[in-house]
Amino acid sequence: MNMANEAGHAVQHWEHFAHEADMGVRGIGSTCAEAFEQAALALSAIVTDLAAICPTQKVEIACTAPDVELLLADWLNAIIFEMATRHMLFSRYEVKLADGHLAGVAWGEPVEAARHQPAVEPKGATYTSLVVRRQQDGNWLAQCIVDV
Amino acid sequence: MDISCFKHLSEFEWHLPATGAMRVPAVIYADEALMRAMDDKVREQAANVAMLPGIVRASYAMPDAHWGYGFPIGGVAAFDPEQGGVVSAGGVGFDISCGVRCLHTGLKAGDLTPLQERLADALFYAIPAGVGSTGQLRLSATEMDAMLSGGASWAVKRGFGDAADLERIEEGGQMQSAEPSQVSEQAKKRQRDEMGTLGSGNHYLEVQRVVEVCDERIAQAYGLAQDDVVVSIHCGSRGLGHQIGTEFLKQMAVAAASHHIVLPDRELACAPIDSAIGRQYLGAMRAAINCALANRQILTHLLRQVFAEVLPQARLPLLYDVSHNTCKVEEHEVDGHKRRLFVHRKGATRAFGPGHPDIPPALRPFGQPVLIGGSMGTASYILAGTERGMQLAYGSACHGAGRAMSRHEATRRWRGREVIDQLAERGILIRSPSFRGVAEEAPDAYKDVSAVVEVSDKVGLARKVARLAPLVCIKG
Repeated sequence: MNMANEAGHAVQHWEHFAHEADMGVRGIGSTCAEAFEQAALALSAIVTDLAAICPTQKVEIACTAPDVELLLADWLNAIIFEMATRHMLFSRYEVKLADGHLAGVAWGEPVEAARHQPAVEPKGATYTSLVVRRQQDGNWLAQCIVDV
Repeated sequence: MDISCFKHLSEFEWHLPATGAMRVPAVIYADEALMRAMDDKVREQAANVAMLPGIVRASYAMPDAHWGYGFPIGGVAAFDPEQGGVVSAGGVGFDISCGVRCLHTGLKAGDLTPLQERLADALFYAIPAGVGSTGQLRLSATEMDAMLSGGASWAVKRGFGDAADLERIEEGGQMQSAEPSQVSEQAKKRQRDEMGTLGSGNHYLEVQRVVEVCDERIAQAYGLAQDDVVVSIHCGSRGLGHQIGTEFLKQMAVAAASHHIVLPDRELACAPIDSAIGRQYLGAMRAAINCALANRQILTHLLRQVFAEVLPQARLPLLYDVSHNTCKVEEHEVDGHKRRLFVHRKGATRAFGPGHPDIPPALRPFGQPVLIGGSMGTASYILAGTERGMQLAYGSACHGAGRAMSRHEATRRWRGREVIDQLAERGILIRSPSFRGVAEEAPDAYKDVSAVVEVSDKVGLARKVARLAPLVCIKG
C-alpha cells in the first residue's frame, strides 16, 4: 500500500530486498508504527499476492522486547506464528507502539492453496540486516532478513 | 567476493588470517571461480564466527557457502566447553536438523517409465506439501514429548517404517539428551498438525535415477548401480524447530552481555555451553532434531504406501539420512589430541570418514553417505565421507547448490507453469500446489551443484560416488 505525502512521494510503502538464500522485508512509514505495519505487509507478500487475501478475520497480537529492533523481529515472528498455527494469511495490519510494547492487529483469512498459490512459508525473522531507524528524510525504516 | 585478503594456501584452500577480534582464521574450501562468485558477506560472516568464544582451529566454509544469517550457509565451527566455548542458536538456524534421506526402490528406470505419471499424481495426493498443509497425525501432549525424545525410533514404534531404518539414520534415529520440557508450548502448538508434512521453499520429495556411477566400489557397498531408481526426501523439523530457533535466538541475544559475550552480529546469538541457557537450548535443539527425524520417518511411511499401491514390486530400504543444521557433540583430533567439541554445521553435511564408529557397520569401511540435493531440473549427488575430510573441517562437506539469484528475481524471469511444462518435456514431472513456488525454485535459480560437488571431491571433503537425475519432484 502506498500513501502519498504532500510532495507527492509515497511515504508508507513496503518492498523486498535481495538476499542470496532468503528474503529481506522492508517497511517505510512516517512513524515507526507505520514502518512496522508496512514490514508486516512485506512479510505477507513473501507468501502470496496481497490483493488475493481478504481481510475478513481479525487476530490481535502483543509483543514486548528490550529494544525497538528486537521488537520488530518479535512482531514479525508473532505474525509468522499466527500464520502457521491458524493457517491464515494477512493483508492488513495495525500497530501501536509504547515503551517497548507493541499492540497489533492483523486482518486476513484462512489459506486456500488453489486461490492463494502460497509460494513459501516464512520460518522466522532473523537479526540479519535488522534495522529500525528514522532516516534523514524523517521517515522510519524497519527491515530484516526473513528465513524462508 | 574480493579474494585479495585471503592467503591462497592450495588450489582449493583459502585462509583469512585472524585479525582484530578474530580468535582463529577463517578457512574457505573452494576453487577460484566459486570464491569469486561468493558474496562478500560470506567472508564477513565467516570472520564473525571466528570471533566467538572457545572456537577451535578455524571458522570453516564449504564450497557451496553463501550469504546466510549469522553463520554463512555452509559454515562449520567447533567450540570447546573447557575453553569457554559457546552454543549458538543462530549457528544452527531456524530449520533445525533440516536434512535429506535417500531410499532405494529396487527398481530400474525402465520399470518406472509406464507408471511415472501415476506415481507423480499418487505422491502429490499422499504427501502433504506446501504452505498451510497439515498431516494426518495429531499428537497428545504425552505423545508429543515421546516423539521429541524418541525421534525416528518413536515413529517406528508407532508403525511408521521399519526398525532396520534406524541404523541408517544419524544418531541411530534418536538424538540423545533431548529435553522436551525445554520446548515451549508455542513450539509444540506450531507442530500440532505438521507431523508428516514436507513444508515449502526448497523442500521436496524426489524420485531420481542414478545416471552416473563415479566410484564403483563405494557405490556397490551403498547398493547403487547405473539406472537404479531412488527416492530422496528433503525437509526438516517444521514449525517446532522454527519456533525453538526464534525463541532462543532472542533469549541468547538478550543474555549475551550478562555472559560477557560481544556479538559481532546479533544473529550470532550464543551462550556458553556451560550455562543455564546453553543447556536449555541444547535440550530443546536436540528435541527438534528428533522432530525432524520423526517427520522424515513418517513421510517415508507415506512414500512406501504409495509405492505399494503403484509399484508393488518395489522395496524401499533406507540408504541413509543426514541432517544439515545441527550442533552435535563429537570427538575430534586437534593438534594430536582428542577433544570433545560442539560442532555447529549450518547448511553443511556431516561427512565422517571410513572406520568412524558412528557409521553403520555395513557402510563403515567406505565412509558415511553424504546426500547432496540439487535443483529440481539438474542433479543430486551421493558422496562418501573421507579420512582427509575429518582433518579438513571436522568431517563436514557441502550440502547443496545454493541459490544463484533471489526468489524475487526468479519470479520476474520465469512462470511456474512454463517451468513445469519445460521440465515435463525433459521427462521430469513436477507436482506442486504453487506455480509461484515452482518459479522461485526454477532450476536456473540455483548454482551449478556439479561445480560444488567437484570441488568437494577434489579438496577431499567427501568423495563423489553417484550422480542422480530427477524423474518426479513433489515441491512444497
